[in-house]
Amino acid sequence: MGKFPVSSTLFHPIIKKMSDLSTPPHEILESSAFKKLVKQRWSVSLVLTFAMLLVYFGFLLVVAFNKELLAKKIGAYATLAIPVGLGIILFAWVLTGIYVFWANSKYDSSVEELKKKIS
Amino acid sequence: MQLSLLLQALPAPAASTLGTANPVSIGMFFLFVAVTLYITYWAAKKTKTGSEFYAAGRNISGFQNGLALAGDYMSAASFLGIAGMVATKGYDGLIYSIGFLVGWPLIMFLIAEPLRNLGKYTFADVVAYRLRQRPIRIVSSVGSLLTIAFYLIAQMVGAGGLIKTLFGLEYEIAVLVVGCVMTLYVLFGGMIATTWVQIIKAVLLLSGATVLVLLSLSKFGFSPGNLLESVSTNYGQEMLAPGGYITNPFDALSLGLALMLGTAGLPHILMRFYTVPDAKAARKSVFVATGFIGYFYLLTFLIGFSAMALVGKPAIEGIDKGGNMAALLLAEQTGGTAFLGFIAAVAFATILAVVAGLTLSGASSISHDLYVHVFKNGVSNEQGEMKVAKRATIALGILSIVLGLVFKGQNVAFMVGLAFSIAASANFPALLMSIIWKRFTTKGAVWSIATGAVLSLVLIVLSPTIMVDIMGYDEAIFPLKNPALVSMSGAFLMGIVVSLLKPEPTAAAKFESEKLRTYLGVGAE
Repeated sequence: MGKFPVSSTLFHPIIKKMSDLSTPPHEILESSAFKKLVKQRWSVSLVLTFAMLLVYFGFLLVVAFNKELLAKKIGAYATLAIPVGLGIILFAWVLTGIYVFWANSKYDSSVEELKKKIS
Repeated sequence: MQLSLLLQALPAPAASTLGTANPVSIGMFFLFVAVTLYITYWAAKKTKTGSEFYAAGRNISGFQNGLALAGDYMSAASFLGIAGMVATKGYDGLIYSIGFLVGWPLIMFLIAEPLRNLGKYTFADVVAYRLRQRPIRIVSSVGSLLTIAFYLIAQMVGAGGLIKTLFGLEYEIAVLVVGCVMTLYVLFGGMIATTWVQIIKAVLLLSGATVLVLLSLSKFGFSPGNLLESVSTNYGQEMLAPGGYITNPFDALSLGLALMLGTAGLPHILMRFYTVPDAKAARKSVFVATGFIGYFYLLTFLIGFSAMALVGKPAIEGIDKGGNMAALLLAEQTGGTAFLGFIAAVAFATILAVVAGLTLSGASSISHDLYVHVFKNGVSNEQGEMKVAKRATIALGILSIVLGLVFKGQNVAFMVGLAFSIAASANFPALLMSIIWKRFTTKGAVWSIATGAVLSLVLIVLSPTIMVDIMGYDEAIFPLKNPALVSMSGAFLMGIVVSLLKPEPTAAAKFESEKLRTYLGVGAE
């Protein structure tokens, strides 16, 4: 049993007896594979979240305190502000792509493995 | 050089036919309404159960939902408003649109999959999952309905004004038409019809805006550099760099937080995640939506500058001070009256689709959260729930028409900011804490949502947005234009402090057991 009093019917002992082959849910929850999966999921999510926050609020701070930097010309008329601004839009999209790639290739297969153990 | 001759001749706007009945736009608009009503008729036959009405039977694919999410999010306000902002203020318009985009990755990283796995029809399903149903359902439906109401008022008033300018139709008639047509979509076609209306609208809007950009760039030899040259020589190089948009960094931070995290708390956006079969499709839909919305903001940026260069700032500001007609004037100048008619009809369709999505999420909150879980203690048959959902749809349809008429001629631009602030302060903190924090309690959630909503409402009244801009005082009591920095921090703080003061052991225990559903999708509906 876990550290906490369990109330859900999922944990009822009868379910345990119904199938000897499958792993009972609370053992999945306690398993290192599941714990690692949850930890990994949040590490990836939080790193990506902080990357987005850093870039966006970093941009706002530069706009607030150092407009001259962004007004710098990088071509005949184009300013640095234009590729930076459009780059942030692209960056946001690429971040979602990275997450989807990670989740589709790593997360989903671990989920499938753990689910097989239950049923 | 031919090009420089062309540039010197600018701006030379032709007389606009805006405001007169344009046969192409009226024809296009009737075609859109006819097609979408036919889809509604088709969807009505497939809408029998609650899951079909609220969540399109969870049969929408990740890609389709991505387009529909983009459709829900790309309002006429962002199409016409942001293009207009770029056309009159230059680069600053882009800073504003970036704020609207950056919330999407956060939805994916923090919310989308747990939301899909834990919930059924509304985001309150997730907050209430391991907490006490009644109090949570009451406060979260208040949070939802406030967000929806302010967003809806802004859309309806904008719609009336826009249609009057576009078609020369009376404001009252325009509001009535929008209210009635969208009520038909939701009432009979539920989420299936609403989703397809969003998809059609998103495709029309994206392709229309793309053609507009191509037609405009063709005047500059398809070189963005020539476009920038024209903007710079006619209106000054400062148009191409950040200007007066951010003067106070705290203002920027507060508005940034509201736009970014408010997106992750909009009930009509969150509801869309229940229309896909599983968490994998939910994540794909955010990727697709972010891509389309990002592309759309790139287009509005180019449309804004093209309008500034080709139509000219004085001509744009002459018709509407905020520049809202910039995209339409540009369409007329580059593609003639027929193309103006097409873009105008797309703008009208955009409004219809967005208000339909808002109304559906409001009706779900009333029937699923309030009726079933508060008045019926969670015990209700599907027929009863559907009946209430449909009555709520009609009531909200009437309410939106009434609000549109009551607020006629009022300055409602602040209401979108307010809706985002309430979403970021009342809805988002409670949703996030219920997903990631084991010791979050019922009392903590109630206090968090109430604090976020009340602070947003009180502080906006005391802010320069209302006190200076609308009531005409010289100074405001609260210094920030958008309250999110304070109201959202307050909501998080209140949720944490109240939860820590009085632990709820049953909720903490359930947090462990719900993990199978949160992370593996075991038992998800």
